[in-house]
Amino acid sequence: MTDLTRLSAAALSEKLQAGEVSSVEVTRAHLDRIAAVDGDVHAFLHVSSAALDTAQAVDDKRAAGEKLGPLAGVPIAIKDVLCTMDMPSTAGSRMLEGWVPPYDATVVRKLREADLVPLGKTNMDEFAMGSSTEHSAYGPTRNPWDLERIPGGSGGGSAAAVAAFEAPLALGSDTGGSIRQPAAVTGSVGVKPTYGGVSRYGAIALASSLDQVGPVTRTVLDAALLHDVIGGHDPRDSTSLRDEWPSFATAAREGAASKSLAGVRVGVVKELNGDGFQAGVHSRFAESLELMASAGAEIVEVSAPSFEYAINAYYLILPAEASSNLAKFDSVRFGLRVTPESGGTVEDVMAATRAAGFGDEVKRRVILGTYALSAGYYDAYYGSAQKVRTLIQRDFAAAFEQADVLVSPAAPTTAFKLGEKLDDPLAMYLNDITTIPANLAGVPGMGLPMGLAPEDGLPTGIQFMAPAREDVRLYRVGSALEALLEDKWGHTLISRAPDLSLGEEFAAMEGAV
Amino acid sequence: MSSSSTEQLTTDQVAHLASLARIALTPDEITKLTGELGVIIDSVARVNEVASADVPATSHPIPLSNVFRADVPGETLTTEQALSGAPDHDGSRFRVSAILGEEQ
Amino acid sequence: MAKPKLMDYDKALELFEPVLGFEVHVELNTQTKMFSDAPNPAAAGNEPHEPNTTITPVDLGLPGSLPVVNEQAIKYSISLGLALGCSIAPSSRFARKNYFYPDLAKNYQISQYDEPIAFDGNVEVELPNGRVFQVEIERAHMEEDAGKLTHVGGATGRIQGAEYSLVDYNRAGVPLVEIVTKMITGAEADAPDLAKAYVSAIRDIVLSLGISEAKMERGNLRCDANISLTPRGSGQLGTRTETKNVNSLRSVERAIRYEIQRQAAILADGGTIIQETRHWHEDTGVTSAGRPKSDADDYRYFPEPDLLPVEPSVELIEELRAALPEAPALRKRRLKEAWGFTDLEFQDVVNSGLLGEVEATTAAGASAQSARKWWTGEIARVANERGVEPSSLVSPLHVSELVAMVEDGELTDRLARQVLEGVMAGEGSPGEVVKSRGLAVVSDDGALIAAIDDALASQPDVLEKIRDGKVQAAGAVIGAVMKAMKGQADAARVRELVLERAAATE
Repeated sequence: MTDLTRLSAAALSEKLQAGEVSSVEVTRAHLDRIAAVDGDVHAFLHVSSAALDTAQAVDDKRAAGEKLGPLAGVPIAIKDVLCTMDMPSTAGSRMLEGWVPPYDATVVRKLREADLVPLGKTNMDEFAMGSSTEHSAYGPTRNPWDLERIPGGSGGGSAAAVAAFEAPLALGSDTGGSIRQPAAVTGSVGVKPTYGGVSRYGAIALASSLDQVGPVTRTVLDAALLHDVIGGHDPRDSTSLRDEWPSFATAAREGAASKSLAGVRVGVVKELNGDGFQAGVHSRFAESLELMASAGAEIVEVSAPSFEYAINAYYLILPAEASSNLAKFDSVRFGLRVTPESGGTVEDVMAATRAAGFGDEVKRRVILGTYALSAGYYDAYYGSAQKVRTLIQRDFAAAFEQADVLVSPAAPTTAFKLGEKLDDPLAMYLNDITTIPANLAGVPGMGLPMGLAPEDGLPTGIQFMAPAREDVRLYRVGSALEALLEDKWGHTLISRAPDLSLGEEFAAMEGAV
Repeated sequence: MSSSSTEQLTTDQVAHLASLARIALTPDEITKLTGELGVIIDSVARVNEVASADVPATSHPIPLSNVFRADVPGETLTTEQALSGAPDHDGSRFRVSAILGEEQ
Repeated sequence: MAKPKLMDYDKALELFEPVLGFEVHVELNTQTKMFSDAPNPAAAGNEPHEPNTTITPVDLGLPGSLPVVNEQAIKYSISLGLALGCSIAPSSRFARKNYFYPDLAKNYQISQYDEPIAFDGNVEVELPNGRVFQVEIERAHMEEDAGKLTHVGGATGRIQGAEYSLVDYNRAGVPLVEIVTKMITGAEADAPDLAKAYVSAIRDIVLSLGISEAKMERGNLRCDANISLTPRGSGQLGTRTETKNVNSLRSVERAIRYEIQRQAAILADGGTIIQETRHWHEDTGVTSAGRPKSDADDYRYFPEPDLLPVEPSVELIEELRAALPEAPALRKRRLKEAWGFTDLEFQDVVNSGLLGEVEATTAAGASAQSARKWWTGEIARVANERGVEPSSLVSPLHVSELVAMVEDGELTDRLARQVLEGVMAGEGSPGEVVKSRGLAVVSDDGALIAAIDDALASQPDVLEKIRDGKVQAAGAVIGAVMKAMKGQADAARVRELVLERAAATE
């Protein structure tokens, strides 16, 4: 019997619909895989005890002749930033250890209604602040390509889960690259939708004007299928868009089938073109551009001068909004409560709770954000950062006059070693340099594999960006490139990942791809 | 627009911010944080290089307005659900230690 | 604690000029809350609820929850702004006011900062002494209410000395409009009266709009009073204090008066006023200092990223403007003139809350004086006895019918009261009650004469006495006739007939 965990969600969907396999079998296979490798990978913070029952219920429905959606019966991992009524939702923080919300996030409700099978909650940097998942209060997640390396962040758990074949699908969230950057360093696919394209209701907020929930998968088609389920207007989220979205799965299939980029203007953002990035990232990027050109794409260089200031603006806007969003963690209604030995007023309890419940990175950003909003500092910091946002949007608008999609590497380096950047917060922040602009402008972005870096055999990823509301372009172009690359390699990138069940801990050999 | 801020962040300021943010930092943490934040602030203050007066601020990436809902009651939480995560309660209300400050 | 020194009020006014400012919070009576679809406990009926039963994840500030604006609250806010004579902002935004307090579920309040929905208005306020003030309105903005804290273990149930506190979030998220006045000068000795009249005027306005239950004792309308004293001739504004917990119109007046006296005493002694929030105690009649605020006022306002700008169309604003009821102040003036009441008579009607009833009764045809007489007299008395609203006892139409019957001579006042009793008992309209109870004044002279004969039979010397010039003697006969007729006779007519008889038998 085929190893079910090696199949894409689309392939599983076909088998399920054809009756070749049951959801219980598929779910059990993944639970077994989790049991086998997650001790090493640590992608999951919680494995669902209800998964098999849920799978059984879907099988029953199918047997009863009910018409089910394409992903019905397919298992999915859920980033712990999303509220789930039947599983703890910790956001990777000690502050919410064991907290089970009394409500489901809208995207979780949609998953359940579409009959997907939640497998469990995945690890993340605490409150989504980080690029390596090392800031999780529950210990880091390890990159399935090399267990001594980071899987990216903040959604390292979801990316590692799909890259380690523990789940065919996962949900992530992306505030400055938390879906796209882990995709790059784990050889998987991740999409940040247009801001407002997917509901934020029930996603524990980091930066309200930047956060989006999106799919984390191994293939572009799988991401499209999942995006079709979770997207759409939510009356509970005032910032969600009322647009009718086209089928992303259809677009992905068309792109993959055509393998053509004829008539597509691909804009290379000068400020994000890889100068100063790791050599292997740079070279794989250049090769990808050549491949696209050979498939008919017109490669154009565009300039976005304000992107130089994107990180600066981001690290003012995010902490400011986060400092306010995280004020609710105060020991009163939910979560941790730490009472000082000498007792104390509620103010003392709040301060002691937050000191114990928040990790260093969170404290750093909350204090920074408090400063950026303080009387006398607002204009110079938060106020100015919001102006840079305007400039970045203008640059995107100008760029999209000349190009249909924009490209850049999705991360400046391959996966670095655990602990390597922990002492230098600023250095850590630079991991998001190519992904942040899309969050500031609200435009959609996709990260997908573009090859292994020759020098270390680790995955590198390419990022596509499209104008706001044009997520469909990402799927069409992304799936075409994915098909072209896989043709060129003769296999998928993820198939080159080391076999964890054999206890291998080393990256693929040099020159493998 | 003037060049980036070269204000030095002092430990007193950080202590005050920690108090505003209700986080009980140890003196060591305050010292360490003052150094780290100073570096970050210098770096991010670069925004002032381009944020001139004629550039409007953007709060929302996608411009929308007048997003409302009808004045119709929906589902509420039961008291049990509301208290389900509470560290301390009396079955009907949340319980907290004595309060120092006054209502705003 | 010793009661602080107070300066004599008149002396205080001699030395200082009071400068006032008010922040009135109005709880709207929409069906649901400002940012969530939980039922609104301040809706019409003000029904009490068990703690923590009118909440959704949004009101509890649960991680992941998001606010969504109540459309009706926007309309009510705009209407209120228009009724206050304000301009309505073509675009306004919500902002987060960040501070930590256990009754604030998110530890920030969604409010409005530099972009209020309404601004620059004014309210006409008439004082009991007839003086008319134009109170200028700085702004009116929308925000959400906080939960309720109960302090347990202390002596007074107040915050000081409490062992712990209990939090109920039912009220968290109730829609509020905060109305802020500009600085008010020139009130002089009328300051306390102005304060009371201003709050009362706001109350009238929101009641006339139907947007709030406006029961101060229930917290539907709350007033924070700011007062400072300017030493006369100095031109230097004094430091102001803000007094909270002013829960009734009477408290408003008393608190302002008290603060003037308290501040004057301190300043006259060479002391300084601390800028602080004070708490009014209705039972002891004093303000006390609140705890010092350690964070000062750094609320770190920034535009609420979870909500979008509110941009009412010109059409909507004009639609709401056209639907505004007559301004209460204008209405009062118009009616007072039209009715020709004395100040006391008019005030009486207003204070009894019967303006609408009297107006409707006159519209149905009765004279204003008669309408006033009945409503503030008998009907109010019965209403008081039974503990119900006068308007629930009888309709203005029926009152006007009653008045007409008395004016026609069909009923005497006494009989009319009986008829009213019947109407209030639900026996029907005045005409129906008269018929069914047989209460009409007997107008048939024959019946009256017969009764007079009977009465004279037992008092034969009355006619003699009348002929002798003792006309008062007729009274005994009239009394006997009225008794025999069960009051259903026009006493004046009986008297005429008795006197005629006396003359005739000469």
